Amino acid sequence: MKRIRVIPALLIQKRGLVKSIQFKDHKYVGDPINAVKIFNEKEVDEIVVLDISATAEKRPPDIKQIQEIASEAFMPLGYGGGITTLEEIKTLVAAGVEKVILNTSAFYDPELISEASKYIGSQSIVVSIDVKKNILGKYKVHTNNGSKNTGVDPVEYAKKMQEAGAGELLLNSIEKDGTFGGYDTSLIRLISSAVNIPVVAIGGASSVSDFALAVKHGASAVSAGSFFVFQRPHRAVLISYPSQKELKEKLFEQVT
Amino acid sequence: MLTIVDYGVGNLASIKNMLKKVGCDALISASESDILAADKLILPGVGAFDTCANKLNESGLLSFLNKKALEEKIPLLGICVGCQLLMEKSEEGRKRGLGWIKGDVKKFDQQHMTENMKIPHMGWTDVELNKPSLLFKNMHEEPRFYFVHSYYPAPVNSDDVLMYASYGYKFAAAVEHDNIMGVQFHPEKSHKFGMKLLENFVNNY
Repeated sequence: MKRIRVIPALLIQKRGLVKSIQFKDHKYVGDPINAVKIFNEKEVDEIVVLDISATAEKRPPDIKQIQEIASEAFMPLGYGGGITTLEEIKTLVAAGVEKVILNTSAFYDPELISEASKYIGSQSIVVSIDVKKNILGKYKVHTNNGSKNTGVDPVEYAKKMQEAGAGELLLNSIEKDGTFGGYDTSLIRLISSAVNIPVVAIGGASSVSDFALAVKHGASAVSAGSFFVFQRPHRAVLISYPSQKELKEKLFEQVT
Repeated sequence: MLTIVDYGVGNLASIKNMLKKVGCDALISASESDILAADKLILPGVGAFDTCANKLNESGLLSFLNKKALEEKIPLLGICVGCQLLMEKSEEGRKRGLGWIKGDVKKFDQQHMTENMKIPHMGWTDVELNKPSLLFKNMHEEPRFYFVHSYYPAPVNSDDVLMYASYGYKFAAAVEHDNIMGVQFHPEKSHKFGMKLLENFVNNY
């Protein structure tokens, strides 16, 4: 049996925990520290925190808040949002962050990936790629929290990021974000077959079976946001995580 | 008093926080007196073996650590590179370890692994116990821990191996010799399993 990483992704905006639908309509869902505490109880094996307002506000990571989160996270923690310099990356690692996630800065300054992976090792450098189809149905890389279409093909971009020293890709489908409509499995297949580094799929998960489907299409690990913070059908806030038994039966044993 | 030896490597807040969670108010300190007053010690460590060995040497704490570990025989737990430092030497560097446990620190051998297995070994891995230990008392079922490492301890005496894990092949994930213990993984990032292990270290020794 192979364990697959199942990673809750928490979005932070103005220090609060939020969740979006297709990168819009952010709904406040609570306090991030509290969420991390609940995820501790639920035996979550890894967690990702993304500050989605940092780049828009042109400010560096909120180290104090990240420290607070890291000190309560009894599992490996990934952080992304507003990172533009190697110094910031060093500070984040010293604050207890295991994986540093770059998105907008990876696009405009791929040299930062190379520098950072030399410093902390490529296994700790994650490049997050937000993808959306254009009107012709072609996948394009978006930056700045999905607001800017770069026009770049994600397959070429993923290869370039691997080349630059990324140890992992966090692949997000903007169309699927927050919809509970299942992952974009063709996108997962397209990207994971183009690179050797692990691809973590995010965007659209509605069940543990969706996780298995993503892995069957080439994802090494799976992540989700809404799935872990909302209870359907009314999107009531309820933090949850599948039991080990469910993960084993519907995911680990399905993909090995 | 449990003292976490602060010789200038890594972020020690997570270890302290998890200890607090199991009811132990640990001290993070680099002072001789806090080490001499301790009845338990945690020796952390991240990064390169030589860097950690050098910093430990420069800290001036070596003789005190030796006294506590070898003469007073207080329980001591090494974590990650702190566990590797318990050994005699490492394939990673030229510096000597503490040599409290006989054996070296070895690098993962890619030849015995499939191509897609990357070094460092990073992630959660199941462990199996090699001998009974109070560190594992009432451990939750199917114990797994979070690892980030390219090197692992290889005790000469297999009785000193406390746990095995497998990554390409079997390696020692933890060591225990009398009062000296070491874990290659990060209990402070291994939620309920790490918490149980640290709780056992606090309460059972």
